[in-house]
Amino acid sequence: MASLLGRFCRKLVVPGSAHGARMVSTTSSCGSETVKSLNLYSAINQALHIALETDPRSYVFGEDVGFGGVFRCTTGLAERFGKNRVFNTPLCEQGIVGFGIGLAAMGNRAVVEIQFADYIYPAFDQIVNEAAKFRYRSGNQFNCGGLTIRAPYGAVGHGGHYHSQSPEAFFCHVPGIKVVIPRSPREAKGLLLSSIRDPNPVVFFEPKWLYRQAVEEVPEHDYMIPLSEAEVIREGNDITLVGWGAQLTVMEQACLDAEKEGISCELIDLKTLLPWDKETVEASVKKTGRLLISHEAPVTGGFGAEISATILERCFLKLEAPVSRVCGLDTPFPLVFEPFYMPTKNKILDAIKSTVNY
Amino acid sequence: MAIWFARSRTLVSSLRQNLGLSAIFIKHNYSSRRPVFTNSQLSPRVFLDPFSSYRHESTAVETHPYLVQQSDHEDDAQELDFPGGKVGYTSEMKFIPESSSRRIPCYRVLNEHGKIISDSDFIPVSEKLAVRMYEQMATLQVMDHIFYEAQRQGRISFYLTSVGEEAINIASAAALSPEDVVLPQYREPGVLLWRGFTLEEFANQCFGNKADYGKGRQMPIHYGSNQHNYFTVSSPIATQLPQAAGVGYALKMEKKNACAVTFIGDGGTSEGDFHAGLNFAAVMEAPVVFICRNNGWAISTHISEQFRSDGIVVKGQAYGIRSIRVDGNDALAVYSAVRSAREMAVKEQRPVLIEAMTYRVGHHSTSDDSTKYRAADEIQYWKMSRNPVNRFKKWVEDNGWWSEEDESKLRSSTRKQLLQAIQAAEKWEKQPLTELFNDVYDVKTKNLEEQELGLKELVEKQPQDYPLGFHN
Repeated sequence: MASLLGRFCRKLVVPGSAHGARMVSTTSSCGSETVKSLNLYSAINQALHIALETDPRSYVFGEDVGFGGVFRCTTGLAERFGKNRVFNTPLCEQGIVGFGIGLAAMGNRAVVEIQFADYIYPAFDQIVNEAAKFRYRSGNQFNCGGLTIRAPYGAVGHGGHYHSQSPEAFFCHVPGIKVVIPRSPREAKGLLLSSIRDPNPVVFFEPKWLYRQAVEEVPEHDYMIPLSEAEVIREGNDITLVGWGAQLTVMEQACLDAEKEGISCELIDLKTLLPWDKETVEASVKKTGRLLISHEAPVTGGFGAEISATILERCFLKLEAPVSRVCGLDTPFPLVFEPFYMPTKNKILDAIKSTVNY
Repeated sequence: MAIWFARSRTLVSSLRQNLGLSAIFIKHNYSSRRPVFTNSQLSPRVFLDPFSSYRHESTAVETHPYLVQQSDHEDDAQELDFPGGKVGYTSEMKFIPESSSRRIPCYRVLNEHGKIISDSDFIPVSEKLAVRMYEQMATLQVMDHIFYEAQRQGRISFYLTSVGEEAINIASAAALSPEDVVLPQYREPGVLLWRGFTLEEFANQCFGNKADYGKGRQMPIHYGSNQHNYFTVSSPIATQLPQAAGVGYALKMEKKNACAVTFIGDGGTSEGDFHAGLNFAAVMEAPVVFICRNNGWAISTHISEQFRSDGIVVKGQAYGIRSIRVDGNDALAVYSAVRSAREMAVKEQRPVLIEAMTYRVGHHSTSDDSTKYRAADEIQYWKMSRNPVNRFKKWVEDNGWWSEEDESKLRSSTRKQLLQAIQAAEKWEKQPLTELFNDVYDVKTKNLEEQELGLKELVEKQPQDYPLGFHN
């Protein structure tokens, strides 16, 4: 139901950006539900308010979370729910996640914030060796499913090495956790509530570029968008494009440009990268015969490689061209060179054309 | 350079005479960046060889004018206001010495002959409790011996013993309440034994059979039991410490009369998670008892290669945590310390740190031969003269609560029970193959369903490639 509403009741506006992406706003009536125009951080904030309201055994914590957070995602939570449930932690990611695992193992929901995805690595041991294996290794006697780790990820125009990373690929290689990446405010609220309530530990990457840039009509009520279900956000016949998070905005621009040249693009938002919805992508590629994947993370070993390999296995005879990946370069995320590093609209458009003309 | 001068009183006094040192100190207006002494001011003979005696000397420090002594009185009336609160100031530049003039003493109740040291503080232990404690310590010994041998015979793949640490294992467990949530490292099966885990249940986990609660997924000794509030052991070191802080906080929020209790070895305190765990527990005011088994060795790494502090107890204060050092081979002392720590943790809602001094008599594990890195007579000494089980036994016997007959009955019946448990565990069915795919998530995901189907077909097609007995 939520996704159906999503298709008909969306108005997503992203003002002009360094990436040259500009969304066309689509307006339509929204039925009887109350919606409010919100940006990404406000939508996430709303989700957190609802999560804490509906489960008295839920907690939100991390660095600087108390005053509202460096991106304002946790505004108002400490005032409303108290410092026992919403609090600052010491500056220690392994402690934040470890503490969260302990809370979750006792049956609570721990929604922890890592200030930037770039700083998640000290917690990698706790995430991979502990959280991901907690249920399995104990024979299901214990679990830390109540753990959700939120972190802002992705390019922001001036972030450089340590405020722009997209580390999703590291986590997609870990059985036992889920990896979720929303593309917009409305999606973020529903996906975050699903992630928090999912009985498995979830890593939730939020595209920081969209925190203020993306504005959308977001329903005010408590709703969830299912995990591991990809969404075809634009239908087409000539080529399938797969992406997630902020990159979809760029890809959508490329699709519009491609349309002007007579190429009909189908665009899929994967939403959950682990476990990912292979069926939706497979069905689409069987229809179009072409696949293009785009992500900000460096191309080598990126999650696009997993999608490419799987689709090749499943759709080999239907493919008219090699799978194309338009991704970040194999370098640390650079500062002044960011415009060159990024998988831009025109890079994607070029790849669409060469794939279609293969 | 300033560090070296802490080490010798004679050195300083000779310098004072020869170089007019105090004069330099008072008269110079040096910037904070300039070193106090430059090379040119010192004759070569005063330079200590940096590698001599540095490693193995006691940590005692000579009185030194440049070092803060505990007895120094500062000008209390003059205070400075900083974000952390008011702090007195001093115009004398003094460094806190790297170590105290004497090591933190070790709390003990029983002497080596099992006699209570006069005027000891301790919480009395009833006959019933004492006998149970002794029985469990002896049971742990027998269990360790038999499982170790079973690994040598190839019947289980791996084992590690707690030999030498029976008092820590059992006495700490005895001092806790069953509602206290235990997060072990891996050398504390005695805590689980105390709580009622049976020898059969231990054996099942070691054999990874169908009855193993862990469903055969982990190596032997990775026990866990939610029924007994004992979190499943995981191999990575110290990861349980920040988790214990979270568990303690959960208990605090639930206003439970219970605390988290977590164990770590001396080596584990070098891990970042030790710092994370203690700091979080302190800041969150979580009821957690951290018990460090300082047994002298982290596999082949002696504590002299692990840290430069006076063991672990001194680290507690760095986090604002109340701490005690206890003789880990003295069951009564361990019992009292853990019992008190637990009460403090729960009543005052704060973490407490206990450093239990002991010795790892056994090898690190069945994959280790510790005679390769330590003297055989060192091991013998601790095994025979500093044996915690014998020491407690003497006290229990002296009270007339235990006899040689009880002893031989216990040991032979435990041994028999263990051999039977092993035989039974060995014969038990294996886990069904589907358990390979369960519990990765709460519900099996599509990719796992596909892989399970694929594997089933493969096993049917090429059964010779796979071990027998894993039917569904």
